[in-house]
Amino acid sequence: MAIMNAIIITAIWGIVMMFGGVFFKRKSTPKYWAIAGLILASIANFIELNNQHSFFTIELKDMLAFNSFNLTFIAVVLFSTLLLFLLNGRDIEKVGANVSEYFALIFFVLCGISIAATFNTLLTLFLGIEILSIPLYILTASDKRNLKSNEAALKYFLMGAFSTGIMLMGIAFLYGGNTGTPTFYINNINLGTGKMPVMIAIGLVLMLIAMSFKVSAVPFHFWAPDVYDGAPTVFTSFMATVVKAGGFIAFIRLFEHAFGNVQSQWQLLIALITAATLLIGNLTAVFQQSVKRMLAYSSIAQAGFMLLSIFALNDFAKEGIILYAAAYSIATIGIFAILIKMNDYTIDGFNGLGKQQPILAFTATIFLLSLTGIPLTAGFQAKFYVLVGAVKDGHQNWLVILAVLCAAISAYYYFKIIQAIYFKESKTVAEHQWDITPAFKILLIITTVLIIVLGLFPTIITDWLYY
Amino acid sequence: MDPQNISITFPHALIFFPLLAGLITFLLKKNAAVKYWALISSFITLGISAFSLYYADNKALSGLAFNYEWLKHIGASFSVALDGVGRLLTLLTAISFPIIFIATHKNEFKNSNIFYGLLLLTQAGLMGVFVATDALLFYFFWELAIIPVYFLCSQWGGEKRIQATFKFFIYTFTGSLLMLVGIIYMYQHTSPIHDIAGNLISAHSFALTYFYSAQLTFIEQNWLFWLFFIAFAVKMPIFPFHTWQPDTYEQSPTAVTMVLSGIMVKMGLLGVIRWLLPMFPLAVVKFDYLVIGLAVIGIVYASLLAIRQDDLKRLVAYSSIAHIGLMAAGLFALKQIGVEGVMVQMFNHGINIIGFWIVIDLIEKQLGVRKISQLGGLAHKAPILTIMLVVIAFANIALPLTNAFVGEFMMFSGLFQFNIWFAVVAMLSVILAAVYTLAMVQKVFYGQVNAITTIFKEISLNERIALSIVVVAIFLAGVYPQPLFNLTKDSVADIITRFK
Repeated sequence: MAIMNAIIITAIWGIVMMFGGVFFKRKSTPKYWAIAGLILASIANFIELNNQHSFFTIELKDMLAFNSFNLTFIAVVLFSTLLLFLLNGRDIEKVGANVSEYFALIFFVLCGISIAATFNTLLTLFLGIEILSIPLYILTASDKRNLKSNEAALKYFLMGAFSTGIMLMGIAFLYGGNTGTPTFYINNINLGTGKMPVMIAIGLVLMLIAMSFKVSAVPFHFWAPDVYDGAPTVFTSFMATVVKAGGFIAFIRLFEHAFGNVQSQWQLLIALITAATLLIGNLTAVFQQSVKRMLAYSSIAQAGFMLLSIFALNDFAKEGIILYAAAYSIATIGIFAILIKMNDYTIDGFNGLGKQQPILAFTATIFLLSLTGIPLTAGFQAKFYVLVGAVKDGHQNWLVILAVLCAAISAYYYFKIIQAIYFKESKTVAEHQWDITPAFKILLIITTVLIIVLGLFPTIITDWLYY
Repeated sequence: MDPQNISITFPHALIFFPLLAGLITFLLKKNAAVKYWALISSFITLGISAFSLYYADNKALSGLAFNYEWLKHIGASFSVALDGVGRLLTLLTAISFPIIFIATHKNEFKNSNIFYGLLLLTQAGLMGVFVATDALLFYFFWELAIIPVYFLCSQWGGEKRIQATFKFFIYTFTGSLLMLVGIIYMYQHTSPIHDIAGNLISAHSFALTYFYSAQLTFIEQNWLFWLFFIAFAVKMPIFPFHTWQPDTYEQSPTAVTMVLSGIMVKMGLLGVIRWLLPMFPLAVVKFDYLVIGLAVIGIVYASLLAIRQDDLKRLVAYSSIAHIGLMAAGLFALKQIGVEGVMVQMFNHGINIIGFWIVIDLIEKQLGVRKISQLGGLAHKAPILTIMLVVIAFANIALPLTNAFVGEFMMFSGLFQFNIWFAVVAMLSVILAAVYTLAMVQKVFYGQVNAITTIFKEISLNERIALSIVVVAIFLAGVYPQPLFNLTKDSVADIITRFK
């Protein structure tokens, strides 16, 4: 017996949205249905987190595991998606004609993330990763007349297929290489005493490569900037935040439960990947002129910080990655929401925003400060917890120093946008026709307040881990 | 928490009143209302600060410290206290802001509500740094004090303001992040917190006292020392971490330069006094020659550069590097008399340099130039201003009767006890200070009135008041510095006993 509110509701709602497309008369109707579905899923998930009550009882043969860590994570993911729908629902409608299908696909992605966050066997991991990936290929290509969007989707699909193959190979090695009874259950993989058996080690490395693809860790990141740049901006916002966080939860779950006992044997490998991700992500972001592309590289850089918690794998690291997923997702969705409203995606396009749209300018500044990791924002607490985790681990202190130096580099490119917003003047912003409702502004302010509250009391999220 | 236990203590009031006042300022619309509100609120803050000193004398220490469990499970708390050096620096902050507001009362700023609001937020941040006794809280304020300054300088500064401020921000942010790593590492080596019943609350603690008693090996102390020291050295600044400073001072609006040079540099010194020296005594003793060496190089180097400057702001900026370098050297020499000297000089340097900036701002406002070569004969036009300036100039070269004499004399004595050669080289700065300061006074205020300076007028009432306060403070502290010594007795004793 197990409980699985979020998975079932998101799956059902995806189907509801898909068939609803036939019946919905007005273009704005799907948005409200989608928001209602997400709220329903969030409430159901919260009830499950709060008192372990489920509306569905299904025999799972222990293929999925539900604990407060997974459920809190799913709550963060659902909330972030809800925020995206509320802020940019109207922009999803503008992408193309098949509005309710976009929402349906997003629900399927959420279902995939929920499975990937709770998997207990390598099969369910594979299932989850695939369910979350395939709708994304379609979403990336949803702007059919835009060649860049098509190119990005093809690239994403080919790279994704490639990494899927590697993951299957890894699963095969882990299954076949097991010295005891072959098993898919991640807790039962026989890692041997002392050094890992060669077959298991190969399986581990293949899994590591496949997961690195999914979270766009260097050197498996080459698809990310092109895909993020080519996809319609609303979906970039979704992919760079919610989906990336979903990849990370699967990553940390796999390495904690399957390979946690031999951490010392793979830790250096992760440390090197982390260092490369931090350096390449940050250094490349510095040279970008387009904010959208810059945010793509910055998402690689931020992934480097999240990798730190996989490197450390202790209490602080686990609290840290949840906080990081929340802080990074909220701030990035916020900055993307503002970016979508701009007509010029270059950094110069933000010139003079402070005078034209003071609320957008102020909230964008808070989002950027949070991404930089300035105290009093959620971004600081996230970085702080992750760093405490890494220092506590204590094996690679150079990595911590490198990480904070990279955070200083990130200040350079985030602050370039702040400079453009407040300290530079431009006419293009003034002539721009803003498609902004008062509700949008109020939501931005609420998001900002949320970031600051989390920056003061991260325990609002982390306490749930020990519920 | 029991509601009866919630009380407003002085450190609270010193942080939250300016914060609240700053937020209110944002909402004000009228320019005049903004200015008067900023001025009034800064006087209220001064009142709170003065009242806290009265309390300190009465030994009623309950109102001077406060502890609230903030992030209980990781052992971080909102813990603030006013010790000697904290009282001194909060007093300096509280006195400086009214002087700054009076002196710049007639300056016009675009969006003055934002300008003054951000200044008051800076004040809140500075107060927080000076009273925080929890490492995480200290780091919070340490960063937060910079953010409003970043916006102030980038928005209202000079021509090259954006680049200069950005350089300043990246420098300090990098230093701060290294310190954050240091704080986290220290945290991992503190002992666990238990409640009264003996239950474990948190495996480690961020509290200052826990940091003092952290178990560190000699090697750990050595590299942690540098993680912290770089953050503090950038802020002070100490050679070779000073390169942001002249550009930033030059490009910032003068009111902000006053805050930066008068108060914000003391953040670095406070960091050394409250955090660095007590936490890493072994490393401090190991690296004292190196640090004092850097400081002394900085003193001489900055003094020589000051002689060559034509821009008034850059001259004072370099002069400030020399003075701060001397304070750093005095601290690391770790002699009773030297550390006492540093304490009084921290206060007096703030007052003197603010006086200097007021005069420079006056000249720039009226004439639009700051180049020494273009000025001359101001004494004929503005005798009162000249008298004030000469007093401030004398204080800058530490003439007897002025406030700086006491402090510098004691710091040199401390340095002399530490190593005679360092003292001799550092003393060159006294001569060099006289050279550049008096040369500046001579060229700008005496000599012939030229085409530019002929329109110069005597100073107005608000500027007279501001400068008078500075001049009175210079003489008062020069003749009777004892209250300043009394204020910081406990901090000095604390440092000295640790290194006995």
